Amino acid sequence: MALRLPRIGTSQIVALGLILVANWIVSPQFFDIRVQDGRLFGSLIDVFNRGAPVALLSIGMVLVIAMRGIDLSVGAVMAICGAIAASLADTHSLPVVLAAALGAGLLCGLWNGLLVAVLGIQPIVATLILMVAGRGIAQLITEGRIVTFTSPDLAFLGGGSVLGLPTPVVLTLGMMALTLALVRGTALGLMIEATGGNPRASALAGIGTRFITVGVYVWSGLCAALAGIVASADILGADANNAGLWLELDAILAVVIGGTSLFGGRFSIILAVVGAFIIQAMNTGILLSGFPPETNLVVKAVVVLTVLLAQSPRLGGHFAGIGVLFKRSKSGGKRS
Amino acid sequence: MIRFLSRLTPVLATAAVFLAGFVVCSLIYPNFASLRVVMNLLTDNAFLVIVAVGMTFVIISGGIDLSVGSVIGFTTVFLALAIERWGVPPLWAFVLILVICAAFGACMGAIIQYFELPAFIVTLAGMFLARGVSFLLSTESLPITADLYAHLSDHALRFEGGARLTVPALVMLAVVIGGMVLLHLTRFGANVYALGGSRTATGLMGINVARTTVLIYILSSVLAGLAGIVFSLYTSSGYSLSAVGVELDAIAAVVIGGTLLSGGYGFIFGSFLGVMIQGLIQTYISFDGMLSSWWAKIATGLLLFAFIAFQQLTLHLARRSRRAPAGVHP
Repeated sequence: MALRLPRIGTSQIVALGLILVANWIVSPQFFDIRVQDGRLFGSLIDVFNRGAPVALLSIGMVLVIAMRGIDLSVGAVMAICGAIAASLADTHSLPVVLAAALGAGLLCGLWNGLLVAVLGIQPIVATLILMVAGRGIAQLITEGRIVTFTSPDLAFLGGGSVLGLPTPVVLTLGMMALTLALVRGTALGLMIEATGGNPRASALAGIGTRFITVGVYVWSGLCAALAGIVASADILGADANNAGLWLELDAILAVVIGGTSLFGGRFSIILAVVGAFIIQAMNTGILLSGFPPETNLVVKAVVVLTVLLAQSPRLGGHFAGIGVLFKRSKSGGKRS
Repeated sequence: MIRFLSRLTPVLATAAVFLAGFVVCSLIYPNFASLRVVMNLLTDNAFLVIVAVGMTFVIISGGIDLSVGSVIGFTTVFLALAIERWGVPPLWAFVLILVICAAFGACMGAIIQYFELPAFIVTLAGMFLARGVSFLLSTESLPITADLYAHLSDHALRFEGGARLTVPALVMLAVVIGGMVLLHLTRFGANVYALGGSRTATGLMGINVARTTVLIYILSSVLAGLAGIVFSLYTSSGYSLSAVGVELDAIAAVVIGGTLLSGGYGFIFGSFLGVMIQGLIQTYISFDGMLSSWWAKIATGLLLFAFIAFQQLTLHLARRSRRAPAGVHP
């Protein structure tokens, strides 16, 4: 029960590998990586670079979903924080810009968390409020324009590189490591799983479920803020209308592909990130193969349905491989 | 009588907000309080009301349907292609698309019911699928030039002062009345409420839960298809990117209309008023001319919050008043 990562992650990692190989078949240069100006370039690197925002979102989302919640507002929070970062970038120093953007993400998360934990509103409704209003707030910040900036400091976060890896990838890995240390290095992860499995029993067992709930939404807000900063830095500007649009759905999809049950309970941060890269690898593959990009949504729908059916309480265990994974996750996260 | 009125409190609150908003707008803009503005309000929001009626059934039953916006987009593209390219007579195209939508809803309902999956994620897949298929059909905006369309958009009940009650508005009013009858006066409607209260108890009462669930999603998808027809009448075109995000507007309208998102409680008429309040905000912004469109989103978000907080408060009070007598008579 306690140790499971290497065993249950196989199907996702195999899936990612298969998709990458499929990409290589349609585009033989897929695995070609060249070094230019001390940075790695190539389609494979691009998959990870483009997948970084969704991967960042999925790190926060997986914790929220493990608590039986859902955070629909992450796309809008991305837009808000990206707008703040872009409009401050040319007049303030990088620490101020980052503090302002991350602070905004923290406040958004705090708002969601308070609505869910204190007012007792269902997560899907509570975060819907910010999802609807958030994009309006982002447009208010940019005054409806596409704000651009030239600051090289902020641009580094989107287009620069650390040790040859693109900065977004490094940030994603850093955030993942930090979250893992916080959640798995302490009893926090166990408490999150317990609360997601049975909130009432956990509260009776002395877990501060209310505090943890708020904390998890705050973390999701922070992850969304970071994703927003990266997305803004990447395009050297902020587009309040389109930044992070529908990415909340991709993040939820990544978490579901990563094997975390929507009924709460057991979760895996690493597999959620792998799920995000699976989605991006599929997107890239469809582009490379010359199919119209419009097929993307249909493929995504088929993937969601397949994963869902494997996760279904009715079918659990009938699929070899994925089935085993979901049967296991079911025992920890069945609806009470 | 008092109990009956207190049951209606959320709808009365929504109605009061709508009336107050309308009065404020009329005081600021003297031209606002005209039949023409009201009629335009009905026409411009007709498709959203139709979707919201279907969404009300789904939400009262304890589910959610995220696919409706995509279904509208798919419907408009399908109609444009069927009528203009494949030469299907418009009325047959209408029948065909409603049948397709019914099948689509039946599939989603069946998956939710038989695989015991959350409605949220199943309809999310439906949303991807419907939008993706409409992208595959065509990514251009296709004009619809059929005679029937010109005839229908010309046809309207005319009032003095240039006010017109158009065909979309008439269809919408018929759907609202039909929805009210179906939800409040039939056995199916009672089953929908029961499902939202408790699925297990509903099953134990001998109600066919599976059949009701599938029917609810069929209803929602068919109404989304009908909304798509109305939308294509309204714009005389089909476009795969039309009605993006409409599912959120519809959910917001249903919540503002006093329906509980946890299910078991709600009114069609409230959802109608919820859409009208959103329309009122839009109209106010277009009258003002200085305010930007994003204020509409922020105002809708604030309204959502106010109504949800109000719901939580009434629920809390109801629970307390229910608990009190139990303590008095142990």
